[in-house]
Amino acid sequence: MTRHFFGDTGTLLGRSLRHITRSMDTIITTTVMPIMFMLLFVYVFGGAIQSGSDSYVTYLLPGILLITVASGISYTAYRLFLDMQSGIFERFQSMPIARSAVLWAHVLTSLVANLISLVVVVVVALIMGFRSSAGIGAWLGVAGLVMLFTLALTWLAVIPGLTAKTIDGASAFSYPLVFLPFLSSAFVPTDTMPGPVRAFAENQPVTSIVNTIRDLFAQQPVGGEVWVAVAWCAGLLVVAYAFAMTTYRRRIS
Amino acid sequence: MIRVQALEKSYKDLKVLRGVDFEVARGSIFALLGSNGAGKTTVVRILSTLLTADAGSAGVNGFDVAAQAARVRESISLTGQFAAVDEILTGRENLVLVARLRHLKDPRKIADDLLDRFSLTDAGGRKVATYSGGMRRRLDIAMSLIGDPPVIFLDEPTTGLDPEARIEVWQAVRELAARGTTVLLTTQYLDEAEHLADRIAILHEGRIIVNGTLAELKQLLPPAKVEYVEKQPTLEDVFLTLVGKDKR
Repeated sequence: MTRHFFGDTGTLLGRSLRHITRSMDTIITTTVMPIMFMLLFVYVFGGAIQSGSDSYVTYLLPGILLITVASGISYTAYRLFLDMQSGIFERFQSMPIARSAVLWAHVLTSLVANLISLVVVVVVALIMGFRSSAGIGAWLGVAGLVMLFTLALTWLAVIPGLTAKTIDGASAFSYPLVFLPFLSSAFVPTDTMPGPVRAFAENQPVTSIVNTIRDLFAQQPVGGEVWVAVAWCAGLLVVAYAFAMTTYRRRIS
Repeated sequence: MIRVQALEKSYKDLKVLRGVDFEVARGSIFALLGSNGAGKTTVVRILSTLLTADAGSAGVNGFDVAAQAARVRESISLTGQFAAVDEILTGRENLVLVARLRHLKDPRKIADDLLDRFSLTDAGGRKVATYSGGMRRRLDIAMSLIGDPPVIFLDEPTTGLDPEARIEVWQAVRELAARGTTVLLTTQYLDEAEHLADRIAILHEGRIIVNGTLAELKQLLPPAKVEYVEKQPTLEDVFLTLVGKDKR
């Protein structure tokens, strides 16, 4: 880390943020799929689903937020891939700057872009009848957890961004992530699932994150599950960051 | 200014550089000539600290590319094979971005001056995505000049450009050298080397097989065939004979 790390990251962050504000469609398309899922599940399947909750949209929203992030981070891979392709990545790397600032700028941009998408999705949910009595503290807790999840997935997205050979390869990795919430407590309670599926659903990261957010929205005590959720996110973050930096060093040596 | 000794580089089993040596004098234009895949870009990437060599040494502006990479990066600018510009930003924003990353004072003034120098003032407020190939390349070179680095690498700067844009780039390169910048140029166009370079080296199968001024290179061949006594061998003849390929 050189003395210019923060300045350079700020300059490059300004550049990527301009990309976002000039192509708001990337934010819109990120929110389309989760909103469609939300409409489909609330107005088509929702009536037949026994969620044990008064309002299905309120039950559903935490999982939808995670789907939003999973589809949003593919744009980080996409933008990074374009930088690699266009040669601008090499231009930055051959300049006297803090080299890792190039990656950090993309990662911070992902946080900002996903935050905007998440706000859009929450607004749509409010229109559809989502209600929460949660106070500022609980909302901050939700925001913190979702941002930690975003940060972890974004570092994961950096890997295909650096290594992909085609633009499709750069974004395809996110599909499994988008569907992970379906095999969790996000849409239906896990207790109706057959044994092995239920075992997977209850022990994968999405379930603990979804349950924690649901409790925070409902002003219920979150219990031990919040630590499971944070541990999953932090663990994924550490592993993804390590792999991303290894990949990055290999690319620039 | 640039010193390369016994440079070697392999990609897996493929030996791209098998001991490359050359030197470039301060303020001169040096052309590295070779066919596609000869290893020109590999040399440039090593010199601009984007790639590490397997063996040998390279120095730029007195700094070793492996041991003093940060100092080397302060001394150089790289203009790669494809115009490395940001399509979504405007021309002016691209220049301001690079000026900020070089930690210079008054990035806007620098941007305006360069837009003017490269006849891009009118286009400065437009997105680069709307630029022609020649304008993009001019912007690309303008971005490389920010901060007045003493050494500039131009990797096939005119590949894919139309003849007019090519001449614009040549003009820009000549101006650079006139201001004292050292230019290392790679090209597969023989006339480009012939027009621009003070010295020319031919890179073939991972080695420099000849290195000299255009006049010296021409003397390597017998002074033309009997039937064509009035015609001097062109650099094209020299090149194709040396790399052992029949003309056409």
